[in-house]
Amino acid sequence: MKGLSPIVFFNSNPSNTDEQGKGLRTSDTLIIIPAFNEAWNITHLIKEIKAEGNYDILVIDDASSDGTGKLAKKTNLAHVISLPHNLGIGGSVQTGFKFANIHGYKYIVQVDGDGQHKVNEISRLLKLIKLDKADVVVGSRFNKKHKGYRSSSLRRLGIKIFEILGILMIQQRIKDSTSGFRAYNRETIKFLSKFYPVDYPEPEAIILLGKNGFRISEVFTKMNPRKGGKSSLNKRGIFYMLKVSLGMIMTYIRPKSA
Amino acid sequence: MGEKAPYSIDVNIFKMQYIAIFGSVVLLIFILNLIRRKRIKEEYSLLWLLLSIVFLVFSVWREGLDFISRLMGVAYPPAALFLILLMAIFMILIQFSIIISKQAENNKNLTQEHGLLKFDHENLQKRVKNLEDKLKE
Repeated sequence: MKGLSPIVFFNSNPSNTDEQGKGLRTSDTLIIIPAFNEAWNITHLIKEIKAEGNYDILVIDDASSDGTGKLAKKTNLAHVISLPHNLGIGGSVQTGFKFANIHGYKYIVQVDGDGQHKVNEISRLLKLIKLDKADVVVGSRFNKKHKGYRSSSLRRLGIKIFEILGILMIQQRIKDSTSGFRAYNRETIKFLSKFYPVDYPEPEAIILLGKNGFRISEVFTKMNPRKGGKSSLNKRGIFYMLKVSLGMIMTYIRPKSA
Repeated sequence: MGEKAPYSIDVNIFKMQYIAIFGSVVLLIFILNLIRRKRIKEEYSLLWLLLSIVFLVFSVWREGLDFISRLMGVAYPPAALFLILLMAIFMILIQFSIIISKQAENNKNLTQEHGLLKFDHENLQKRVKNLEDKLKE
């Protein structure tokens, strides 16, 4: 196949070298941004991440009604997957895992679309993964001295309960298991693209991963207070805590995932 | 069935029996018709069929119901029938929850797959267009 066939032509493009036609990967790290009605922030966030380092970006537009997906596409700096109907945070993030798995990314960092996560902390999360010290790194909002952004008291109570459940079930102390600021390596991506909890997945995912032998680390990161939009968590309060606690317990007593 | 049942409110019980027979026959025909018209899949209709047959059998066969209610320690036989039906309805509802959960999982996977394929599709379109533009040059 040496002639000027279209295929060769195609592969001569440096960004399209992958033989399986998955040549859109330009970095080994994918930043996934699950976004539901984050139009006010998405363009800024994408530009900020792009300026931070050589990362590919995937925005999962969870059937937003405010044009989040279109704005993200317009930047020309991010891949955008638009879901046909709203799946919630768990289903959106898992779409990102599936995408990363298909396209062969080595690392994923999940950054929420609401601008709470500081993009200059991304490299700190990745560091432990790249050193092979952990399979999952959680960026926690609790500084050792409790500086920076602190959340509502109800949410803090929930986080405390999840922390205790984590200690009891997988003997790991994760102080902020609700944080969606996370980095994962290839093995974890593969696993989570098959098994990922729905609805409010973060604390359940901790138990799921711990139970299946993945090494979890936590890094203390500063967080921005929310600039706009609404948290999907706080308004549901007690129901959220009960649902997640039940989910964690069920994950714990379920047999290991294959 | 013609003899007088040993209840002080037997008139009501006979009336109730006719209503039960009528109701259960209508239910059975209704379910069978839904299956015939493919409005319910056979696998989801089994519990409904079972329920309407049990309902019919005990509405017709009073002695059987009396026997069962004595076994269950229920003084008023129609109450035993209601209890049996209630349990059957619980089972059907639980079956519904199982089916809904399975469909929600399938639905989620399809939605994700749809998003991924749409992405691939748009990407390929872009690449084909680039290619055509280059070939034209």
